[in-house]
Amino acid sequence: MSPLSRREFVAAGVAAGAGLVIGFYLPHGEGSRKESFSPNAYLRITPDNKVTVVVARSEMGQGVRTALPMILAEELEADWKQIEIEQAGASTFFGDQTTGGSASIRTTWDPMRKAGAIAREMLISAAALTWGVPRSACMAENGHIQHAASKRSLSYGELVGKAATLPIPSDVPLKQSKDYKIVGQRLARVDSPDKVKGQATFGIDFKIAGMKYAVLSRCPVIGGKVSAFDDKESKKITGVSFVGKVGDSAVAVVADSVWGAMEGRRVLNVTWDEGANKDLNSAAIAAALKQAASKKGVNLYAAGDPTKAAGRKISAEYSLPFMAHAPMEPGNCTAHFQGANCEMWIPTQVPQDCRDSVAAAIGLDPDQVKVNVTLMGGGFGRRLEHDYAIEAALVSKAINAPVKVIWTREDDMRFSPYRPASLHQLSATLDGSGYPAALTHRIISPSISGQKGMPVPNGVDPDLPDEAGPVYGIRNYLIEYVQTDTPVPLGWMRSVYALQCAFALESFIDELAVAAGKDPVEYRLHLLSKDEDLPYFTTTWHTARMRAVLQLAAEKAGWNKPLPAGRLRGVACFGCFSSYMAEVVEITMENEQPKVIRVVAAVDCGQVVNPAILEQQIQGGIIYGLGNALRAKITIDKGRVVQGNFDDYSPLRMDEAPTVEVYAVPSEESPTGIGEPSVPPIAPALCNAIFAATKKRIRALPIAS
Amino acid sequence: MADITLRVNGSEKKVNVSPETPLLWVLRDTLELTGTKFGCGAGLCGACTVHMDGAAIRSCSTPVSQVAGKSVITIEGLGANGLHILQQAWLAEEVAQCGYCQTGQIMSAAALLAKTPHPTEEQITQAMNGNLCRCGTYERIRKAIHRAAGNGGAQ
Repeated sequence: MSPLSRREFVAAGVAAGAGLVIGFYLPHGEGSRKESFSPNAYLRITPDNKVTVVVARSEMGQGVRTALPMILAEELEADWKQIEIEQAGASTFFGDQTTGGSASIRTTWDPMRKAGAIAREMLISAAALTWGVPRSACMAENGHIQHAASKRSLSYGELVGKAATLPIPSDVPLKQSKDYKIVGQRLARVDSPDKVKGQATFGIDFKIAGMKYAVLSRCPVIGGKVSAFDDKESKKITGVSFVGKVGDSAVAVVADSVWGAMEGRRVLNVTWDEGANKDLNSAAIAAALKQAASKKGVNLYAAGDPTKAAGRKISAEYSLPFMAHAPMEPGNCTAHFQGANCEMWIPTQVPQDCRDSVAAAIGLDPDQVKVNVTLMGGGFGRRLEHDYAIEAALVSKAINAPVKVIWTREDDMRFSPYRPASLHQLSATLDGSGYPAALTHRIISPSISGQKGMPVPNGVDPDLPDEAGPVYGIRNYLIEYVQTDTPVPLGWMRSVYALQCAFALESFIDELAVAAGKDPVEYRLHLLSKDEDLPYFTTTWHTARMRAVLQLAAEKAGWNKPLPAGRLRGVACFGCFSSYMAEVVEITMENEQPKVIRVVAAVDCGQVVNPAILEQQIQGGIIYGLGNALRAKITIDKGRVVQGNFDDYSPLRMDEAPTVEVYAVPSEESPTGIGEPSVPPIAPALCNAIFAATKKRIRALPIAS
Repeated sequence: MADITLRVNGSEKKVNVSPETPLLWVLRDTLELTGTKFGCGAGLCGACTVHMDGAAIRSCSTPVSQVAGKSVITIEGLGANGLHILQQAWLAEEVAQCGYCQTGQIMSAAALLAKTPHPTEEQITQAMNGNLCRCGTYERIRKAIHRAAGNGGAQ
């Protein structure tokens, strides 16, 4: 597998059940682990009765350091208080460690359960052997094995020595959801205390002895290169010790303080070879998208034949701009190159990709690069890239000392990969009752994977199977993808293509409901009224589950009850990452601008592991999505990204944040994604509310434009 | 370069830095108080908020020379005896997600409660609007401030 194909591999793995791979057996004998019981790489129990759970996904605020250990602890029948968390770096023990695609729970649900259950069964065997009683007379509970008949009890710590000598079973029973004691509870996040005390170590906080700081001057024009540089002024700045080229398109300034490096860069004089994109601008990009729309695409989903339906025709076109992730913690990475090896400390969603790309960049083998994963100040897909890891390794190699590369906010805004700008053409043929007998959705968008040189099998971007599926049981229903090209760097931003697809589809469905003179909730429920399975790549979407979330959201929002004067509402629903989501938005209009007062969200994501974290994820996705809908727009002028900081790229602030109510459909199905599915419905729900208030249809995001 | 004396979290600190260095970097790099965060470098996001003589300031846009002789409190020094009432409220409401902005949020909230022990919704919005959170924790931040205020106000 090429280092770049990992995200795609995750998506395939989720579908194929490859997530069942369990961590390899870790042989005993290393220092402190000598006396421990560690039947697999996820778990270590020591005689002091501590249970250490290894988290092989990255914590970016989504709660994996709490939720993943809960899954293991449930099967282990551990006492939650005895659980300690260890963050895995890039490893060969855990399969793919990418944190993305709303996949952390989906891909670790089975291995974490199995890892806990294996240990539980071995601890039961160890106790039975110790007491000379049958296994069936012993029970695991709250960190102990009990023998009820003799009222004897041994803690897990006391059983470590014996358990470690036993063979590891391959087939173990898993608990029924009705017996869960930890999964489904609102347990407090394990990372909160350090975060409120300022003691949590994010990547940017990491420090080692002798470490230098570096900032890089990058060509402001996309794809441009360094022609020459003059470092005379930079070297006059106190503490600046090195100025040198990094790759073709950047110059690093190294100093003994962050401020020194920033000042050194401020006075650095670089001559750029601006290259082919120096005249690129947003208007030309939009025109290219429009032109590409005439190309024939590939079918992502095809039911019936939309060309055969007869009736009233309606069509509309929707467009969205490039958007930036803008996580709160700007990019950074600490690297320590030491000749035959290199150690990295990085806030990353892809430790293994960082390891492999760094190895290639500095001429080492992957096993000579050690990647430690720090806490992340947000991710949202921005940290699926390896750019700052490579920069840090190259600078460390150049100066032969440990170095931390820091990006400023302007660097983050201007030199990141962006959510692709896209165009969507929707058309429908309405039957005599005003419902679509046919619906076509053409997605015209550059491919993120395609631009990165990753496979785009049969012309289908590998993310589309997770994010562009059908919602409704429409008899003649076509979803078509036209792959285009752009020089603007592209990345996977929270919900990836789903935000764009949902904005277009769910705005259009609203237009159809208006054309039919029907209530938008009733209209959608009619299109979901029959229980149908809609097969889409490796997922099968069920109209019954979407109907249930839409009904739940409408009921909790009081859809059929009148609103206070001046308040209007809109609705949208969408499915992505195998989860179902519906949202109702209530707004008022003030000075012709929408003010979002209340959002009611309903989700079906299968078994909920921690309802408190689920609520955080959904509330957060909605706030993030509202910011995207209202103002997020990256524009290009003279080949440069125009926006630079939180003044001209302005996320939602407290004064604009609505209350968000979250309701989950009770489910014992395997868990599905939750980090991203709340993002897509919010923009169309808001635009539909604005239409209800103003009769103006918004067909281009952001709303503020 | 200049020798500058600051009072940080109750103790006197002498630093030798160029006087225009933003307080943020002196706190983080020189004094190793990394609870104060870098977010924008332009006073737009509030992640770097600390108190100077009791008032919330953006340390990323405050030259250290302006702080000479002043008293600076950072998140590390907020709770003199254990957790500040706001830190307790933040835990009770499970506010933090990624947590990166939360120290700045707490410092802004602490400056608010010190002056206005029982703030209205509007006063909370006004005091907190300069602090960005990309995880979208605003609703819980509001609840946590109310909780702290209801429990007896600022310390």
